[in-house]
Amino acid sequence: MSARTISIVFGALALFTGSASAQTAPAGNADHGGQLFVAVGCYQCHGYVGQGGAAGPMIAPPLAFEAFELQLRTPRQVMPPYSADVLPARDAADIYAYLLTIPASPDPDSIPLLQGE
Amino acid sequence: MSGADQSKIKRRQFLAGAAAAPAVAAVALNGSPARAQAASVPAVPNAAGEVNPPGEATPLPEGYTCGSDHMVDVLKALDIEYIASNPASTFRSLQESIINYGGNSKPEFLTALHEDSAVHYGIGYARITGKPMAALVHGVVGLQHATMAIYNAFADQTPVYVIAGNSISEWTRRPGAESAHASIDQAQMVRDFVKWDEQPPSLRDFSNAAARCYQAAVTGSPGPTLLVADADHQEEAVHPEHMEQLHVPRMGRITKVGADSGVVQEIADMLCNAENPVIVVDRFGTSMESVPLLVELAEALQAPVIDTRGRMNFPNKHPLNHTEIAGPTLRAADLVLALEARDLFGMVNNLADTVERNAVSRLRPQTRVVRLGTTTLSQRSNYGASQRYAAADIEISASAEATLPYLTEAVKRGAKASFRTRGERLRMATSGLAEATRVEAARAWEASPISTARLAAELWDQIKNDEYTIATECQFQSYWPNRLWTMNHYYNYLGTSGGFGVGYNAPSAVGAALANRALGRLTIGIVGDGDYMMQPGVIWTAAHHQIPILMIIHNNRGYHQETMHIQRMAARHNRGIDRAHIGTAINEPNIDYAAVAKGMGVFAEGPVSNPVDLGPALRRALDVVRRGEPALVDVVTQPR
Repeated sequence: MSARTISIVFGALALFTGSASAQTAPAGNADHGGQLFVAVGCYQCHGYVGQGGAAGPMIAPPLAFEAFELQLRTPRQVMPPYSADVLPARDAADIYAYLLTIPASPDPDSIPLLQGE
Repeated sequence: MSGADQSKIKRRQFLAGAAAAPAVAAVALNGSPARAQAASVPAVPNAAGEVNPPGEATPLPEGYTCGSDHMVDVLKALDIEYIASNPASTFRSLQESIINYGGNSKPEFLTALHEDSAVHYGIGYARITGKPMAALVHGVVGLQHATMAIYNAFADQTPVYVIAGNSISEWTRRPGAESAHASIDQAQMVRDFVKWDEQPPSLRDFSNAAARCYQAAVTGSPGPTLLVADADHQEEAVHPEHMEQLHVPRMGRITKVGADSGVVQEIADMLCNAENPVIVVDRFGTSMESVPLLVELAEALQAPVIDTRGRMNFPNKHPLNHTEIAGPTLRAADLVLALEARDLFGMVNNLADTVERNAVSRLRPQTRVVRLGTTTLSQRSNYGASQRYAAADIEISASAEATLPYLTEAVKRGAKASFRTRGERLRMATSGLAEATRVEAARAWEASPISTARLAAELWDQIKNDEYTIATECQFQSYWPNRLWTMNHYYNYLGTSGGFGVGYNAPSAVGAALANRALGRLTIGIVGDGDYMMQPGVIWTAAHHQIPILMIIHNNRGYHQETMHIQRMAARHNRGIDRAHIGTAINEPNIDYAAVAKGMGVFAEGPVSNPVDLGPALRRALDVVRRGEPALVDVVTQPR
């Protein structure tokens, strides 16, 4: 399944479970989450700011925490699982908090290089 | 001495004085003091205290020529433009003949700092020109160095003409290391992944062997071939009376093989009668004629085209290009026409890197598949070309390019009014893709490390008015060049390495740039840092031979693919998920690629990690490239 299709699946999951919400997620340390995001390899497939790419879909802004945790522990497709043994709930919450801090992508209309020919 | 006696003076007779007079200094052919014994052959005592110095180099008798001069005549007849090589003793005579007797022109000697580079230059060159250049490699160890590149050429059906030196006779080998560089059957190490190999038993046999190797390289399914040129034959003194026996081969025009007219009509009927025919294309775009042929077929049929990017096969912004929505397009198909598909299984199945390795078909059960291409003409049992066996309903072993004109005419004769409606629907399906691509490209636009989308967009802004080639694989940059740039010609993008051997991109890009130099095209390579460090010396070759190329280091500071593999295993094994960088990261210290390139005499900038600095850096580098020189920019990038 291509990264694009996975993004579509994630989008559908978001509609089903609700969009990202800081209020429903457990409290987390975004700074520590940013460190973990690199240390445990999330960036490898999703990019340093969760933008996605050929190896993995966009994850910032994230899905609702429940959907995020579900994908983290029992992932669909090729993502490797991160069990609670290697990534405790506290760390998962921190990573989620980090994802919530990532600013939204700019409007492509504001980018001269993306205006087409 | 009679002419018959003189006719076959062997090399060993020139050196007959060496063993008897070890203290005598050798005299070069031009009378000047000989060079010291080559560093590649250190003096090795046969017994304690005994050393073999270089032998006395006796000039050829008047009127004689050497075998390697004849070999150069043969290479000229084959229209070999370049011969890339890391110099070595097993072909010293041939190299001398190339540069002196041959005037270092057709072929021109290209200095490679590694034999793997030499063969990869040939891959890039052939992707542009459609014809092979030569790579000249040292006996045994040089060929060993070159094997991965030869495998890449084989896997990707690209012709490269490899010549290996050898010294088969133990009585005439040079002393020392040469015995370790000699082989009775040197081609054995590559036989499973070359199309043809020959080790001619005499100088007289060389020309026909050379012709057969060339013919095999370019006919049917193109690929690499190996010709072994023995040192004895190279250095053989040839009497003028025997020159007539050394003929130069004639090469006729070589055409591609097309499918028979009956099956062409049958496929055309199937295509015209299908409700949702889909064309999937892999390694089709190999000439100026190819892409327009596919456009004509697709438009006649009003069928979507999915480009797996083994080459630049179909204009990327054509409304019938369904590459970005391949999943649903294939799912809707009732007939798939696969053109030049090396891995048919991978084309029509999804196989994920999960424990179960379950393949999921991308097609409906009733969908029929027709494969048209030359892949089946070069398959070998020992090396896999396809992930798994996949049966096509009709398998046609013929050139898709040669067949397409006739197939298109047959489709036009059977065209239906319903095609128009289908075409409108297909165009509607892709109408929103450009906007979706822009939105996706905007993500991480200001990020550091720099996003690959930003890199591609900055580059395109500066090359969009050039005739260009991006000569490197783009999957590692999430195919942003293929998605953002305009690609209409086969030479805009040259596809993948074939065998996915790491170290392909930089040297192949230089080979493509070599070919593009004569055509006035701009060549760009975006090379992963790990890939580049396999053969960083290629940028020196580009500088030395004034080959203009913009080499960009996609610097994600690691063997990123392998980092993900280790991460996957750590997660599966429930341990060490923060240790995947061990053995995969390329940092601490960070390599300064610009400094390395500058050390080789190349204009270079970097590392560039602020996206604001990227455009100006690229502009300065492109100024250098447009003046005819190579340039390198080290860009610290997002992983993909």
